[in-house]
Amino acid sequence: MKSAVLVFPGSNREGDVARALHMVSGVKPAMVWHADTALPQGTDLVVLPGGFSYGDYLRCGAIAARAPIMEAVRAHAARGGLVLGICNGFQILCESGLLPGVLVRNARLRFICREALLKVERNDTPFTRRYARGAIVRYPVAHGEGNYTADATTLKRLEEEGRVLFRYVMPDGHRDDAQVLNGAANSIAGIVSEKLNVLGLMPHPENHVDPLVGPTDGRALFESLVGALEKA
Amino acid sequence: MKARVLVTLKSAVLDPQGKAIEGALRSLGVPGVSSVRQGKVFDVELDTSDAAKAEATLKDACEKLLANTVIETYRIELVD
Repeated sequence: MKSAVLVFPGSNREGDVARALHMVSGVKPAMVWHADTALPQGTDLVVLPGGFSYGDYLRCGAIAARAPIMEAVRAHAARGGLVLGICNGFQILCESGLLPGVLVRNARLRFICREALLKVERNDTPFTRRYARGAIVRYPVAHGEGNYTADATTLKRLEEEGRVLFRYVMPDGHRDDAQVLNGAANSIAGIVSEKLNVLGLMPHPENHVDPLVGPTDGRALFESLVGALEKA
Repeated sequence: MKARVLVTLKSAVLDPQGKAIEGALRSLGVPGVSSVRQGKVFDVELDTSDAAKAEATLKDACEKLLANTVIETYRIELVD
């Protein structure tokens, strides 16, 4: 699996995600600077890491979404290539138009840094094939702007097309939109593109991959990607 | 030519920051404030004196970067 991790000024989770990818796939990802205009030849997976690209100036992810490398990411996605945006990476994917909707300030205005419970809604995607359908997993969240918002038509479409891949749930495994930690519409934590090849996800699977630091629920996401690419 | 661009949240979008400011004004005892919505102001200098051209440039800037039209609307004011 050839993966590329994009680095924007202000990204800060690129090391964590590169480590997770290396650990699971055995191959070190290429680190690609935002001002580059091309991805390394043969890139299978592009990762947009978490952080605070451009200091969150203007809107989270707004300036990074217009960086030179994003043209190459757009072309990669259009070819059906895999793209994973985590946290700030999700915000960048929304700002770039690769995913619909937008992430706005958390409903209760607080930066949330803790573990979240998520439901894996489907396992027939390249990102989730190593999870059981409906599995409840624990990933950490760390964001101030993770409140997913879209107009009613877009939300309806996402639900009808089964494009909500990860949803925040309560300890009993059911969603509660009134109590969801950041106010996200329909308790949405992660969505995929129409062709199921672009995933945007607020929580951080890359931080739960090593038994040394705790749970390893995030590992299966990276294993899914490795598996999907081996099969292809 | 100078211009001012105002970017505000669409009325259907919840504005938690505006709500917090509204609450703070209430707790300060500022009377008669029924609602606050927060927005952004951009003061832009353009190297043209042609109003139509300036307006077109700023519209392009808003659509491409200054506003996220999923949740925001913008207004362009040419100052002089």
